[in-house]
Amino acid sequence: MAMSDQEIQTGLAEIIDEVAGVPADQVTPDKTFVDDLDIDSLSMVEIAVAAQDKFGVEIPDDQLKDLKTVQDVIDYVKRSSASA
Amino acid sequence: MRQTEGAAGARILAFGGYQPARVLTNDELATMVDTNDEWIRSRVGIASRRIAGPDETVADMAVNAGGKALAASGLSSEDIDLVIVATCTPEAPIPNTAATVARRLGINAPGAYDLNAACAGFCYALASASDAVRTGTARNVLVIGAEKLSQWIDWTDRSTCIIFADGAGAVVVSPVNDPEEAGIGPVVWGSAGDMADKIYIPDRNGFIIQEGQAVFRWATTALHPVAKKACERAGVDPTELAAFVPHQANLRIVEAIARKLGAPQALVADDIVTAGNTSSASIPLALARMLERGEIPSGAPVLLLGFGAGICYAGQVIKVP
Repeated sequence: MAMSDQEIQTGLAEIIDEVAGVPADQVTPDKTFVDDLDIDSLSMVEIAVAAQDKFGVEIPDDQLKDLKTVQDVIDYVKRSSASA
Repeated sequence: MRQTEGAAGARILAFGGYQPARVLTNDELATMVDTNDEWIRSRVGIASRRIAGPDETVADMAVNAGGKALAASGLSSEDIDLVIVATCTPEAPIPNTAATVARRLGINAPGAYDLNAACAGFCYALASASDAVRTGTARNVLVIGAEKLSQWIDWTDRSTCIIFADGAGAVVVSPVNDPEEAGIGPVVWGSAGDMADKIYIPDRNGFIIQEGQAVFRWATTALHPVAKKACERAGVDPTELAAFVPHQANLRIVEAIARKLGAPQALVADDIVTAGNTSSASIPLALARMLERGEIPSGAPVLLLGFGAGICYAGQVIKVP
């Protein structure tokens, strides 16, 4: 069954809290990882690895650099799980 | 054909470490490339590192560390019959570093070879030394990890020049008659040649090039199973480890592997903070300094885990002297 935006956002917020200590309520769709949430490239890798475990969607490094906002990740997860 | 008769087991008698005198701080690096102290500390966990003098060679550093380990072991140079130097930054392809180091330490005509498994080199060399003692092809082995990475760094590349450094660490490996006294567990080693292009030096005039994100992803996902397997093969549960001393690649890699290892009681080496990433030297150097500070009780089990370019990796549990 496909996940809703809200389900992915909630799951992603849990991951970001665990990896980077950012409170879940700050993880909203329009936020950028680098500028708004202060998440660096290595933490993005950790988030990608945790997202693979949680959502079953692989995010390779060359795709990761294009995911700038929380919404970008939500869209990527939805798109990839739909095609899987 | 007659075969050698080996020892029941092998153990480490003593450690020795050496760091060059010159301290290179983050603030000083910030005058050379676009970076700053906070950025370096948060990305790699390094506050300062040591850099060899212009005339200081890998062999010089190896002799220093090896001499300390030999002196602390209580053995004399005549007792050593094999010298292994793990290095990926030798002065030149020939002569090898080990024979030169042996001569300078007054070790007469030992077997002598260099071993290149990059940042996994020390764990490979320690396993080889243990095997040599256990099969009887050597009795007492001097194992040294020594690197002068500073000569292979592009000092305008801020992604690598903040990480790598110079230094050496050494151990003396000797036989034991009772397997219960053995102090070097079975090695778990391997490689991933498909990732050869993730950390490499393109040619003899080139510099270290690293795909940081790819290496970070691999190290934080592929290595904790190797670490756990090394514990399992030694018959030591991770919860029994006194310390975990992985290659000091990046403090965030060290901490990520430590979290996944399941050994919350173990002291985790963080020597990288003041030593930088010294490749094959980082594990024995970190342990030498931890033992000097009395942080690990004698006889306690410690997990070592080397990993780096190749990609090569190796881990084993040891008992510290």
